[in-house]
Amino acid sequence: MNALLLDGLLGAILAWFALGLLGPFLAMQPQRQKFIPYVFIAGALVALVVAGLGLFSLWEAQRLLPQTRILPLGLPGLPFHLRLDALSSVFVLLLGFASAGISLYAAGYFRHAAAAAGAPGGLCLAYHLFLLAMLLVLLADDAYGFMVAWEGMALVSFLLVCTDHRHGEIRRAAYLYLLMAHIGAIALLLSFGLLASGGDYTFAAMRTQTHGPVFAASAWLLALFGFGAKAGIIPLHVWLPLAHPAAPSPISALMSGVMLKTAIYGLLRVSFDLLGHSESAWWWGGLALLLGLASALFGVLNSAVQSDIKRLLAYSSIENMGLILLGIGLALIFRAFAMDALAALALTAVLYHCLAHAGFKSLLFLCAGSVLHATQQRSLGRLGGLIHRMPWVSWLALVGVIAGAGLPPFSGFVAEWLLLQGFLFSPGLPHAWLNMAVPITAAAVTLIAALAGFALVKFFGVVFLGQARESALHEAHDAAWPERLGLAWLAVWSVLLGVLPTTVILWIDAATRQLLGGAGLATQLQTKSWWLLAPISAERASYQPLLFLCFIVLCVVLLRWLIHYLAPTHLRHTPAWDCGYHFQNARGQDTAEGFSQPIRRLFAPVFRMRRHFPAPDDAKPHLHIEVEDHFWHLVYLPIARAVDRLAQWIGHLQGGRIAVYLLYSFITLLALLLVARP
Amino acid sequence: MNFSALLGQILAILFALVLAPLLTGWVNQCRAWLQNRRAPPLWQPFFLLHKLFAKEVVLAHHASSLFRSAPYIVLCCMVLACAIIPTLSTDLPFAHAADTIALVGIFGLARLFIALAAMDVGTAFGSLGARREMLIGFLAEPALLMVMFTTAMISSSTSLTTIVETLAHRDFIIYPSLAFAGVAFSFVSFAENARVPVDNPATHLELTMIHEALLLEYSGRYLALLEWAASLKLYAYSCLGLALFFPWGVAANDDIFGLIAAAPVLVAKLALGGALLALIETINAKMRIFRVPEFLATAFLLAVLGLLVRILLESNG
Repeated sequence: MNALLLDGLLGAILAWFALGLLGPFLAMQPQRQKFIPYVFIAGALVALVVAGLGLFSLWEAQRLLPQTRILPLGLPGLPFHLRLDALSSVFVLLLGFASAGISLYAAGYFRHAAAAAGAPGGLCLAYHLFLLAMLLVLLADDAYGFMVAWEGMALVSFLLVCTDHRHGEIRRAAYLYLLMAHIGAIALLLSFGLLASGGDYTFAAMRTQTHGPVFAASAWLLALFGFGAKAGIIPLHVWLPLAHPAAPSPISALMSGVMLKTAIYGLLRVSFDLLGHSESAWWWGGLALLLGLASALFGVLNSAVQSDIKRLLAYSSIENMGLILLGIGLALIFRAFAMDALAALALTAVLYHCLAHAGFKSLLFLCAGSVLHATQQRSLGRLGGLIHRMPWVSWLALVGVIAGAGLPPFSGFVAEWLLLQGFLFSPGLPHAWLNMAVPITAAAVTLIAALAGFALVKFFGVVFLGQARESALHEAHDAAWPERLGLAWLAVWSVLLGVLPTTVILWIDAATRQLLGGAGLATQLQTKSWWLLAPISAERASYQPLLFLCFIVLCVVLLRWLIHYLAPTHLRHTPAWDCGYHFQNARGQDTAEGFSQPIRRLFAPVFRMRRHFPAPDDAKPHLHIEVEDHFWHLVYLPIARAVDRLAQWIGHLQGGRIAVYLLYSFITLLALLLVARP
Repeated sequence: MNFSALLGQILAILFALVLAPLLTGWVNQCRAWLQNRRAPPLWQPFFLLHKLFAKEVVLAHHASSLFRSAPYIVLCCMVLACAIIPTLSTDLPFAHAADTIALVGIFGLARLFIALAAMDVGTAFGSLGARREMLIGFLAEPALLMVMFTTAMISSSTSLTTIVETLAHRDFIIYPSLAFAGVAFSFVSFAENARVPVDNPATHLELTMIHEALLLEYSGRYLALLEWAASLKLYAYSCLGLALFFPWGVAANDDIFGLIAAAPVLVAKLALGGALLALIETINAKMRIFRVPEFLATAFLLAVLGLLVRILLESNG
């Protein structure tokens, strides 16, 4: 059996590697540095090829997949196994299309930003290594190769996060990220150890094994911990809102859009593929559902109260990853009760949400990057009115906002729609408790979706609309052409995913069928027209976004035309009316804090707030509010203090006198002699 | 899809465009009578629309193109919503385009645009209105979806036409879950349509207004479009309530006579509903803005209760 597609992907890996090496080479001489953007554009082309290969392999999944290869690399006797199957193909497609847009954007962005950071060559190398490490994670077919690629991904992304390492804050964020990544990696290593209890570390061997319930559950819980740490599931999310703002914007986009999805890929791989033969209990799904729900709710509430653009988006990523985990939980519950058609529905929602989130969140992070680049401002309180200065970025960001708020007809809504359909069928579950609890979860999901709308309206409204809050903003300039193209690419993807759901679901159905042993939505969908999304039957539920979009567009055009001919009135520009109030300035608008005040008031227990109110007789009144994360103070700081105390206690052993150290050696020797008697 | 279904669809849209301002006029008329005032004529909203369309547009300096395109998008969202809610017949070609979840999405999309447009000029009242509108939105949307879920579970479908067909042609059984859902739905409709316990459509009282604050900077044809959209929204919610809780009289098949018979029934139901709305508005006072979350949380809880009642008590039915 030939493995052409896999070879093509290996070629892409080599190409990225070569392009990465070109970076430092070009950076050695200043007059050659101007060619570095072209390296990123070439990287975008390679990413396009990757996306094409992923798409083609999904298209021809029946005929061509799975493909395997054994690389003559690695330790003696432990070669790297690679495998391309339908699940990896979905994520290869995701990686390819998202990084194509991001690389294109980076070509423009790093022309200025990298020069400022001082290491354009190293950045170029690390960027492309990051891409290829993520691709290797998706292709690895043994625990050894997977862990090498996973760790490589974590290390390179650590380097990328501390690109701007001169700020102490950024170094701290990067360190926390590295720490959490390694705690997660340890859990993964243990999980793979349990899975490979036969001694064979290839995924092929794990797949065929059947584990007992305790074994399987421990392995799954460890995997949930490990992948959850990467995906930003609470309480392991603390690195995410720090690392995303610290990294340069294209890196934030890659991390949020693509890297978080590798964690979802890993969790799906372990839950449905490697543990596919073992008996899974319904409480796995219940746990995932609960954790996902808590993460999503926590993420969206925090996202609504942030005053930093990128931190707002980072918390919104936590929310989206929570929703994805929730979908996985629903799929696990359905699978545990052998309701395969519904499990397929939930799993399709999960994969769709991954694809959609990769598009719109990368888009929003890149828009934030353009704003940051044009204004040097990250704080919402110092932005505003940018739609006049940056129309391209603003309108493309609006696409991302509508998709991210889960509103029709763009991509976020389809994922949400599929998920809610899955919930609607849950009363068929043969379990009284779940029967009741699951619809209430659906209620919470709708609340989360509506809150996401609130957070994103705040983001868009405060940054792009209204009046400029600082005079320097009047000099802001729109993004240059490579950036615009990168943004437009991601926006088009968000629209296409939104209006062509049936086509996309037919692509990803191969992965659903692979994970659930045959159950998918394809047979149901293929009998219908390509524009009608009706996963169960048209009488039960249907959604036709293309008709939806066409209706609105036609209606708007018709209306404009009618008004143009029937009521052609004059248009006069004046100062804003504002109920006749005379003294208007930019300070009259809501600040970011003002906008989120209802959320802080309604959901006060969720936040750790410190308010500073001015005294009544204060001549220069100053109102100040800090919102912090509960988990820092309740979980992480106590752990850090305990570790500190332990270290101090152990420190007593080190007196600094050589005689004492010799005594330790002597005692150790005696103890060993006592234990290890022949 | 056939010719008469398409005819029914177009008829439903035209019906909505004409009937919606009349419904608003009717509610205003009833309110005036209940408050011992002389009532404006029924077609007063049409006079208003005509006046606004003929007037010059006064546009703030800071207004961007988003501000100018939002009224069109909002109105078209409302037209689409009216097109998929079964008013006259359940044989609607557009009904497959969006089910109940998507219907809530359409209202959400319109809300997003109107809130963004209000923030666009950058005045104090605009952003205040946007914030309050989004607050009501994120509280009302889940409650509305839960109501929809209850009805969707009764008819095991999220398609509005199927729901209405199931509910209209069932034997007359009183579902307790529907009673809960009905109360929750009426709460949500008051909030979403800026009616009295939540907002007062008749005043520009600066510190309490929500809906009017959003429209403050609009004038001329843009204001006309938004006023029309607001009455279409009231019409859509009324029809949705009638279709879900009093679905009798909606034509099931695609014959012309069914349509002709359905129209007077709909008008009669709307007239009754409008009078009831005016009565409720008259005997209630507007509540403080921070009481609104409690009001809507009650709606949400009632809706969830309805859903649970449906699952626990009626699941064999």
